[in-house]
Amino acid sequence: MTDTAHTIPATRRPPVKLPSAGVLIASVVLAVAVAACLLAPAIWPLDESAVDLARTRLAPSWAHPAGTDDLGRDVAHRSLYGLRVSLLVGAVAALVATVIGGLVGAVAGTVGGRTDRALMRLVDTVGALPHLLLGIFIVAMLRPSLGAVILSIGLTHWLSTARIVRSELLSLRTRPFIDAAVSGGASRLRVLTRHLLPHVLPRLALATTLMVPHAVWHETALSFLGLGLPPHLASLGNMINDGQRSLLTGAWWASLTPGLVLIVVTLALATLSGRWRDRLDPRVRAELNL
Amino acid sequence: MVRRRLLVAVPVLAATSAGMFALGAASPIDPAQQYAGAAAFTTSEENLAQIRANWGVDDPLPVQYARWVGHLLQGDLGWSTSRHEPVTSVLAARAGWTLLLVGAALALVLVTSLLLGTLAAYRRGGWLDRGLRASAYAVQSMPVFWLGLAAIALFALALGWLPAGGLTGITATGTDPADVARHLILPVGVLAVAQAPWFVLFIRDAVAESLRDDHVLAARARGLPGRTVLFGHALRTALLPFLTLVGTHLPELVGGAVLVETVFSLPGLGAVTVQAALGSDFPLLAATTLATTVVVLAANLVTDLAYAAADPRVRLDD
Repeated sequence: MTDTAHTIPATRRPPVKLPSAGVLIASVVLAVAVAACLLAPAIWPLDESAVDLARTRLAPSWAHPAGTDDLGRDVAHRSLYGLRVSLLVGAVAALVATVIGGLVGAVAGTVGGRTDRALMRLVDTVGALPHLLLGIFIVAMLRPSLGAVILSIGLTHWLSTARIVRSELLSLRTRPFIDAAVSGGASRLRVLTRHLLPHVLPRLALATTLMVPHAVWHETALSFLGLGLPPHLASLGNMINDGQRSLLTGAWWASLTPGLVLIVVTLALATLSGRWRDRLDPRVRAELNL
Repeated sequence: MVRRRLLVAVPVLAATSAGMFALGAASPIDPAQQYAGAAAFTTSEENLAQIRANWGVDDPLPVQYARWVGHLLQGDLGWSTSRHEPVTSVLAARAGWTLLLVGAALALVLVTSLLLGTLAAYRRGGWLDRGLRASAYAVQSMPVFWLGLAAIALFALALGWLPAGGLTGITATGTDPADVARHLILPVGVLAVAQAPWFVLFIRDAVAESLRDDHVLAARARGLPGRTVLFGHALRTALLPFLTLVGTHLPELVGGAVLVETVFSLPGLGAVTVQAALGSDFPLLAATTLATTVVVLAANLVTDLAYAAADPRVRLDD
């Protein structure tokens, strides 16, 4: 060990940092949430159609940790299944958005010229529209359904990914190793797949992860408005919407608990993906934290 | 630059309207059956065909699009199928309340975020800074409609301080300003709180950065009082990029208004848009979306003009 201390100056060694409390908590929350979502059907199956009119709007107790709603359904139980649905829809929709944005950004960044300008103008145009209104419009025209919700999120959330991929490609194009590959006789396809893609992929993965909370919020907002997933399905947005009926009678738990689940999990997700972004791009972090 | 920006707005609006029209055309909803409602089940196929022919639904799509845009340009926004009245009268009756809600929330956000963000930047790492940043991140992940419901549960139901929804009291006959103001406190507050994190964090970072600028250090070195340096020098430089943020954040604010109006049963454009969407009312939906786009584009133009006015280095003619 003394040898390495000689050859590597102490200042060059990156300090070993323990993860902060926030990251630890977020990791635990996310791990528990994902495990619960995966195991829920095996351990605690839910009958979507079951109602119990003898036990409506019960306050939180040991039997029902988050109370029951106006149809006597256990709020905690349904929240867990709602989280399952929301995370699944959010992840799939974020992937759809990434594919759209990645394709647009890749075309803009590699073809360049007039195509690039036209595509970026399109990005600016869609960016100037209120994306919730646009999402509502899309869902309304396609009739509310799972596919319409995913499409609505995908078509409104691809802009940042397109910008990231384009600017990354533009800056990569001027780097010496690309020149070297091209002068070495590498084909366009080879340059794209072997030299450009490996640099863009981590950014793309990060963009997808950062997008998941936004996709979940969008889905929840649509479902809350009655424009999202089918109403009988236990999704967080549907539950908050249903819970409104109970809220005015004082049974706040039916509406606020699914929301709390949503907030805690998306906050954990956003914290972790934010930390990942900081590691990938320390400059941004330096700028933000000063 | 004004003329150039206005010229850019034309293709943007054309692209938006074309995109919306394409979506509407791809929709599986038959306007004739929608018009007939429950009668569609008993109406003969000939009658439905006659309705379609009267409306020109069977014409080629470009013809339909041209006709629709032509009507829009003449100020005829069409007939709302969900509210059974002309779209223009729906917009006229509703737009004012939405503008009031968004405007009041924006004003509240600007004032509080400028103040809090600047103070947090001044005492960077202090309890105000850390508390603000932690709560900003937390609030960022709270959906605005959840915040609204929580506010109703707390302030309207548990404490009974404020009304839970609506624009006026049940017994009110007109719109008394004091009554309306009381009903708007919660919606405006919720919308403002939901939007505040971005603004507070942005101002905090921008002021923190400009506190290290040469002119701020120079002002300090000359012995100017801390408050003058902070608000007169540091905040002023930070304000410029803030203008752009306000412009780009306007669409978010509009989306928030849609949800807040629904939660608090306010008679604004947002609530009517949701009803139109539930009823697949293309004319009304398209009109509200296009109208919002126009407002957002106009607001972006105003922010650019304000930017040019505030920063002499930005030239209007480039």
